[in-house]
Amino acid sequence: MESILNPWPWYISGPLIALVMALLLYFGKTFGMSSNLRTMCTIAGAGKFVDFFNFKWKDQLWNLTVVFGAIIGGFIAVQYLSNGSGTDLNPTTVTELQNMGFNNPGATLVPDEMYSLDILANPKTLVLLVIGGLLVGFGTRYAGGCTSGHAITGLSSLQKPSLIAVVGFFIGGLIMANFILPLIF
Amino acid sequence: MKTLKFLLVGIFFGIVLVKSEAVSWYRIYEMFRFQSFHMYGIIGTAIASGITFLQISKKGIIKSIKGSDIFVPKKENGFVRYIIGGIIFGLGWALIGACPGPMYILLGTGVWSMLIVIAAAVLGTFIYGILKNKLPH
Repeated sequence: MESILNPWPWYISGPLIALVMALLLYFGKTFGMSSNLRTMCTIAGAGKFVDFFNFKWKDQLWNLTVVFGAIIGGFIAVQYLSNGSGTDLNPTTVTELQNMGFNNPGATLVPDEMYSLDILANPKTLVLLVIGGLLVGFGTRYAGGCTSGHAITGLSSLQKPSLIAVVGFFIGGLIMANFILPLIF
Repeated sequence: MKTLKFLLVGIFFGIVLVKSEAVSWYRIYEMFRFQSFHMYGIIGTAIASGITFLQISKKGIIKSIKGSDIFVPKKENGFVRYIIGGIIFGLGWALIGACPGPMYILLGTGVWSMLIVIAAAVLGTFIYGILKNKLPH
């Protein structure tokens, strides 16, 4: 039981993520989380304005069901399958983040400095969350997929477009973490 | 039953991503600073297992639930959309520490502010839809 309550090692987690992909393929579907953002646009009526959103969204109900399950899974994992142990980060990372003004690196899943409800009163934090969301929503659809669609499914099926996209993910991520985040915090 | 199996896969996915700490903002930061092997280990073993699964299924040993071959849709050829779209997504990923899967999962863990990120991501997708025909692909 202890090994379930503690964080799981990478060599267990990675194959289990591949299992999610395999199960969806077995059910005749594809693993791709960002497609749901497009479906939500369509449900909200975006098809009236832009043709890209004109599709039978009910064919994507299965994927929205996966999203709903993922939300429940997140709840179950923290409520019943965790022992409150924080994330065992590299001490260098911890010091670095503390110097940037993050108080308890690794104590929670996301920093309070960006996500606590109190900090939302700060316009800067609100703007960061909105910009981050816009970049993710725009970028994934432009690239035709995100981590699940390109990095996991695309690379597992040895597709060159996905390799290009994943290289892009890393260029963007490296620029943000190494050059932009230090300017913001 | 048809719906239930997808709900269960989703629940499993959510649990795995929380327990693996792949939904941790800090783990994403650490990865992009090359200060930990953890995320590389997760992504690497996921891809290695995925390749193994697809190679075995190619031989026809594993069939889908309907009895047909396991099928992965082919991505269209291209370069600009993948590299530029990828970079834009990467910038957002490292900023908010979550990609589209973890956004929903973190909401389930009680990070309510994630609703703002999700709403912005839906808007970002809408903006792409508007500009799609003007962008190089």
